[in-house]
Amino acid sequence: MIHLAETELDAQRSYKYRINVCCSSGCLPFGALKVLKAFEDAVKEFGVQKECKVARTGCIGTCSVGPAVLVEPGDYLYQNVTPEKARLIIRDHVVLGLPVKDMLYGTESYFRKQHRLVMRNAGKIDPYRIEDYIAAGGYSALVKCLMKLSPKEVIDELYVSGLRGRGGAGFPTWQKWNFVARAHRMPKYIIANLDEGDPGVFANRTLAEADPHAILEGMLIAAYATGAEKGYIYIRAEYPLAVETLKKAIEKARAMNLLGEKILEMPFNFDVELRLGAGAFVAGEETAILASVEGKRAMPRPRPPYPAASGLWGNPTLIQNVETLANVPQIVSHGGLWFSKIGVPNCTGTKCFSLTGKVKNPGLIEVPMGITLREVIYDIGGGVAGDRAFKAVLVGGPSGGCLPDTMLDLPIDYESLTKAGAIMGSGGIVVIDDNSCMVDTAKFFVDFCVDESCGKCTPCRVGLRKVQETYKRIMRGEGRAEDLDFLRKLCSYIKEASLCGLGQTAPNPVLTTLRYFGKEYQEHIFEKKCTANKCFRHDGEARNI
Amino acid sequence: MQKDKRLEMLHQTIVAHGYQKSSLLEILHRAQELYGYLDSDLLSYVAENLNLPPSHVYGVAAFYNFFRLRKPGEHVVTSCLGTACYVKGAEEIISAIEREFKLERGKSTADGRLSLFITRCIGACAMAPAVVIDDEVIGKATKEAVIQRIKQLLEGNKPETS
Repeated sequence: MIHLAETELDAQRSYKYRINVCCSSGCLPFGALKVLKAFEDAVKEFGVQKECKVARTGCIGTCSVGPAVLVEPGDYLYQNVTPEKARLIIRDHVVLGLPVKDMLYGTESYFRKQHRLVMRNAGKIDPYRIEDYIAAGGYSALVKCLMKLSPKEVIDELYVSGLRGRGGAGFPTWQKWNFVARAHRMPKYIIANLDEGDPGVFANRTLAEADPHAILEGMLIAAYATGAEKGYIYIRAEYPLAVETLKKAIEKARAMNLLGEKILEMPFNFDVELRLGAGAFVAGEETAILASVEGKRAMPRPRPPYPAASGLWGNPTLIQNVETLANVPQIVSHGGLWFSKIGVPNCTGTKCFSLTGKVKNPGLIEVPMGITLREVIYDIGGGVAGDRAFKAVLVGGPSGGCLPDTMLDLPIDYESLTKAGAIMGSGGIVVIDDNSCMVDTAKFFVDFCVDESCGKCTPCRVGLRKVQETYKRIMRGEGRAEDLDFLRKLCSYIKEASLCGLGQTAPNPVLTTLRYFGKEYQEHIFEKKCTANKCFRHDGEARNI
Repeated sequence: MQKDKRLEMLHQTIVAHGYQKSSLLEILHRAQELYGYLDSDLLSYVAENLNLPPSHVYGVAAFYNFFRLRKPGEHVVTSCLGTACYVKGAEEIISAIEREFKLERGKSTADGRLSLFITRCIGACAMAPAVVIDDEVIGKATKEAVIQRIKQLLEGNKPETS
């Protein structure tokens, strides 16, 4: 493998320039493939095949100005590249050595406060080539585990690192691994959770499209540490490109004996299979994902027993978000102590966020834990788009919370967010401006959770429907004075009595909007006024209420 | 004739999965890929082969949003209604399509030429609002652009009158 890495590195060094064309789902609809082709043609036209390598890569992070192209060395980032511009870039930048200044991405601050750990390879390697990943140091952590570390030492390293689950709840990763490692029943399973059902979130998809082998390596290390022999990647069927990329990555890894039996000539067997989800938000919940992988309706069941004790077909199962898994190879390579110094003490490392909504520079960002919302929205995101006024920020998807401007200095870590009424969730930050009505926005999330409730337990199935009815009434102009208290009470019941994470967090948007934007509710009920002009409308432009 | 071939291909997938009950979702994905939607005959066929009760197979197919139990129209418009798209006005685009082509979300037009579906996030949030027309993704969509594109499609290949 070292030999392969060196040959690949030599090959890469022989090129003076490397042109990385982002071909992930964000840039493809804007013609990224045509741009890729144009680059290849232009390289031939100017006869610089020997100096310039054109690579198809994953997401560079600036999804709002796609197709994006990164030219190395120097990390020159070109925005909104078209086939014509591609030819210009080759002519000026590669042949003459003069970067085309007016086409460069101008917002340096977008990257300044980011810390790319999980996404370190994104936009720099070709996800279809395992050689690229290996040349970038990939699979060396696996080799280190197999040659030097015992399973217990791997888990110790995770303990030191302080890594916590990136799926939302923030459970310490080492503890989960320890449970599974200690369980006696065989066989054991690993499920990599890529069922990114939260609307407004695309961090996991981007990771799978840009660096699929990091996920596989994380799974392999988890398998070594826990003694599992079979893994599943549960991925949404709505992500065809990510499915395709992972399929190819698994094939390549199998061909190189990195998956299968006697991996790297060691007594270690592990294989991975893809499982396609089919559009059910609740399937991201850990007991629901088990049911879905088993081919049943994705309905959660009460815990305990936890999946670590009794998961797939009653056997010990480790369920981990793909972002968590992608962190693991780096922790093994550089040591847990190194990792624990990134972020803040009780919440180490980085987190990927999809920054979207009414913000100037939307895209995929990765920031150290403990950064404030203000830094994310204003320094990285460039502030509210179109010079409108900031109204709220939604953190954590439909089960997250809407926070007002007074909360912007809140540091991003699991505990602070939960205290404010939001959750880390799978990492969505949606900025809302004064064009939106908070009552209407809260109802949008309630609608979503009503649709996605699996119907198993009553608080979630019936409770959310009652909440929805109350909202409809308020938005029709028939709100009553007692509605606010009723909503508060009902939501706290749903929170306490629901079976799974969906029901327990579904009232968050209602409770946070009531807490921080109570004035708007008052206006709706007593004055029949909607400042954003979304409710009480009968001209057919409004939502069905 | 062609139908038999598709059934054969579906059967191959079932064999490849070793008739395992846990592969139900994979089989249904394959069936929808081949036929475009899952009708009751197809579901019964899958149930029989995997040795599952038909009620279980129907229950699973009906649970997941991705599976279609009714025949979709000739052209399919799928509008994203994720948070980012909603905040950027996807609802107005959807209402505009409904009014322009006289159909409801989740249903097809009377002549079966156009269907409108809603999806919760296709992950194209940075270019919200996003609308998928057949297989083409339109980012930063406006209602005018979307309606124009649909009209082009509908006029482009009119059904042959015989």
